[in-house]
Amino acid sequence: MTTAERTGTPSSAVEAPVLEVRDLSVAFRTEGGTVSAVDRVSLDLAPGEIVGMVGESGCGKSVTAMSIAGLLPGSARVTGSVRLQGTELVGTRESVLRRVRGKEIAYIFQEPMTSLNPVLTVGRQIGEVLQVHERMSGRAARARAVELLSLVGIPSAATRVDNYPHQLSGGMRQRVMIAMAVACGPKVLVADEPTTALDVTVQAGILQVLRDLRDRLGTSILIITHDLGVIADVADRVVVMYAGRVVERAPVTDLFAFPYHQYTAGLLSASPTPGVHAGTQRLQEIPGLVPVLSTQPDACTFADRCPAADARCREAAPPLEAVRPAINDHVAACWHPCPAPRTHVEEATA
Amino acid sequence: MTVLTVPTVDAAPAGLSRRTRVLRRLRRNPLAVVSFVVLALAAIIAVLSPWLAPYAVEQTDFGHTFAAPGTPGHVLGTDDLGRDVLSRIMLGARASLQVAILAVATSLVIGVPLGLAAGYFRAWDAVISRFTDLLLAFPFLIMAVGLAAIRGASLTNAAVAVGIAQIPGVIRVVRSDTLRLKSLDFVAAAVVDGASDLWVLARHILPNATSVILVQATVAIPVAILGEAVLSFLGLGIQPPAPSLGTMLATAQQFAARAPWAAVLPGVVIMGLALAFNVFGDALRDALDPKGDRR
Amino acid sequence: MTPQENALELEDLVMHFGPVRAVDGVSLTIPRGRVTALVGESGSGKSTVGRCVVRLVEPTSGVVRIAGADVTHLSRRQLRRHRSDVSIVFQDPAGSLNPRMLVGDIVAEPLRLSRRRLSRRDREARVAAELGRVGLRAEVARRYPHELSGGQRQRVSIARALISEPMLLIADEPTSALDVSVQASVLNLLADLQRDIGFACLFITHDLSAVEYLADDIAVMYLGQLVEKGSREQIFARPAHPYTQALLSAAPVADPERQRQRQQVLLGDDLPSALDPPSGCRFRTRCPLAFDRCATEVPAQIEFGDGVAACHLVQPDGTRPDVRAAETNEVLS
Repeated sequence: MTTAERTGTPSSAVEAPVLEVRDLSVAFRTEGGTVSAVDRVSLDLAPGEIVGMVGESGCGKSVTAMSIAGLLPGSARVTGSVRLQGTELVGTRESVLRRVRGKEIAYIFQEPMTSLNPVLTVGRQIGEVLQVHERMSGRAARARAVELLSLVGIPSAATRVDNYPHQLSGGMRQRVMIAMAVACGPKVLVADEPTTALDVTVQAGILQVLRDLRDRLGTSILIITHDLGVIADVADRVVVMYAGRVVERAPVTDLFAFPYHQYTAGLLSASPTPGVHAGTQRLQEIPGLVPVLSTQPDACTFADRCPAADARCREAAPPLEAVRPAINDHVAACWHPCPAPRTHVEEATA
Repeated sequence: MTVLTVPTVDAAPAGLSRRTRVLRRLRRNPLAVVSFVVLALAAIIAVLSPWLAPYAVEQTDFGHTFAAPGTPGHVLGTDDLGRDVLSRIMLGARASLQVAILAVATSLVIGVPLGLAAGYFRAWDAVISRFTDLLLAFPFLIMAVGLAAIRGASLTNAAVAVGIAQIPGVIRVVRSDTLRLKSLDFVAAAVVDGASDLWVLARHILPNATSVILVQATVAIPVAILGEAVLSFLGLGIQPPAPSLGTMLATAQQFAARAPWAAVLPGVVIMGLALAFNVFGDALRDALDPKGDRR
Repeated sequence: MTPQENALELEDLVMHFGPVRAVDGVSLTIPRGRVTALVGESGSGKSTVGRCVVRLVEPTSGVVRIAGADVTHLSRRQLRRHRSDVSIVFQDPAGSLNPRMLVGDIVAEPLRLSRRRLSRRDREARVAAELGRVGLRAEVARRYPHELSGGQRQRVSIARALISEPMLLIADEPTSALDVSVQASVLNLLADLQRDIGFACLFITHDLSAVEYLADDIAVMYLGQLVEKGSREQIFARPAHPYTQALLSAAPVADPERQRQRQQVLLGDDLPSALDPPSGCRFRTRCPLAFDRCATEVPAQIEFGDGVAACHLVQPDGTRPDVRAAETNEVLS
């Protein structure tokens, strides 16, 4: 099967995870009172695994990503546990975290231009990372920068290394950001909407680079996106978030074939996919919006928008548990999981 | 279930209006509250000073010259002519505020339309911007001396001089905000629907520029108060024996060694008013900043 | 076909901003009541085409005809007569509504600007009806834009655009700033309104998958020029131009099994500049199939099926290239 080659490491449960997030909660103090952004999120990232985190804006996916390495502002209260290769990161001093960031865990963000210094060549910027974290000499750092640029698929890296950021296209800049992020060989790369600002023909190349990194360097990647197509393309496992909670977690093929949570199912059928829906068919809508919560209620937070919700959904929060006993890796928090697998996928491929 | 906001198509959200949000933010800022109270008190005293002042400002009492503060009947003492310092400060502050408001009003009346025109019509921009540079390059005091020479020294002329000096600042601020607003899609949408330039400026650009203009005004007022003090100190503003904080400073400095209070007290009031306006302007700017909405 | 049957005709539209050749010879016709999607990536000039049509900018050359009337070089005063024929909906629902105006006043503005004078009561009734048509309650008229969600604001924009009953609607990426679930509801709304009212629509987008529901025809733009146009069925089933094929193959499908079996076409990242577009075919610098003729000769618009494509490898007899057959790895490393 061709999918096996591209999925890479198929089962993740065997190896000890590089990153373990347990019951991570984040609340912000704001003028309007407390806002609970993330509620008891748990997830694992195995070595060489790509985990996709998906949800609409306001679901807490970016906040989760930022809180992993302590990147949130002072108004955030973070509780729970984040362990990177066994080392606890929540509550750790900033000076320690600073050493961890870049070296052990690296980030790339949506907008590559704002993260690059416009007056320094890209070679200098990558070199600085290496000189600071790896104590490399200037010459060695430059040579390594060229290597890194070709690793991320920049043609004629030896000349590109002397370019300034404004001389590069958006896709090239994002490649440079990736090169900087992986310069010190981090175990974990957190990619927060890395392709959202890019054109689709450029996006395909960036996703290919992420896959390459995993295959060649064994980097574990947490990719955050609102785009189910990106998830379908690169992720091994998927975490679906809604209003700060994980509502479903599954291997990627399982999730798309058998979405259990009503929100996941809604999200899947709301995404237009070329060639899948016939010409005049309507898109599925999810009425309403993601709520902003001050405290996490003991209820399903999706109930107000859910077609299957009843009294029980408003009285008790559904636990995140295996829906089909046969597949223990697939968990969902829903009192009324979708009964049947989505059908139109079969129709379209048939 | 504690839901802060759930805006949906059917249930209209319980969103706060912009005004209540700004007011609430101001109320929560202690500096804003203190400066506002100071300014409100100053305004009340200034308006009511003719009735509140214990003595007539020009009433001399040569038996009690240079009375120290705390003297019975003269809480803040008297000056070289035995005039009551408290009464003179109250009326002086009234004159200072009058000049400041008149000056800022002058700068807005001239500066706002010019700023709008410079930002909106590309053809006018170069001309108006050169005019701004010219005003900026022209020394404020020389202009005030010239104005006083032509029209005589008075409260109004001091205010006009101070106001003219503030026009460039207003033009710049309004021009840059107009440039920003002009590029927004709601302006384009109005143009597509056939709106005239005047319509766009009056209905779309000016209402959205008001917060910037408001902040600019609160920043300009303390500058105007200081400007009036300088002009009156130099004899180009309000003429004695009418009191202004600046003239009080000017006359009192001759006797600064004998009666320091007569110089220090008006100085403190000038400082206090200027500071209160500055602090309140800063707080207002923060409260109006839409970025303050983000968590 | 007589001109009056076309809502929009563009003939060799050119728009240069100084040295930047944003639009360089675009010809396009939208018949009344039909939806044409103009698809392109950033820098393709697609939004500039929209701005030329509503005459926010004056084209450098070429002709813009709305409902048969040449509006290319009309002054703003002269244009006022044609303003109710065409409306526009913008991408960013936050920037396209005046934050200081009530929703009711925003939606009513085109009525107040039109030559027909309406009483306040009639205007309010029209606004309420229009809000109802886009799925909003009449009370929304008394709210400010910031009190609404992104999807609601985009509905307000649509209500405002349609209240003057235009013959042609320009929709400039109307769903790109919205979340997936909201995007779906706005696309459905536009499709419903288009079917009910029957206005013609130029739907400008970077996202091919968004237009499959709406568009009758699709035109694909690259670096200021049209590379292909044709019916929706043909563009999706038999794309002729290598760029169209690459666009279709690059958009990931929300189905991991299918997505991972697809053979993707990877184009280089370096988009040429509109200041100095490549000679010959503008796509040649990123085209996996480019050969020497592409650099020297501008490809002609070849009729192909029910559309046209500008590529040397496309033949009128139906021969078309296939980028997936090309060795694409060299582009990557």
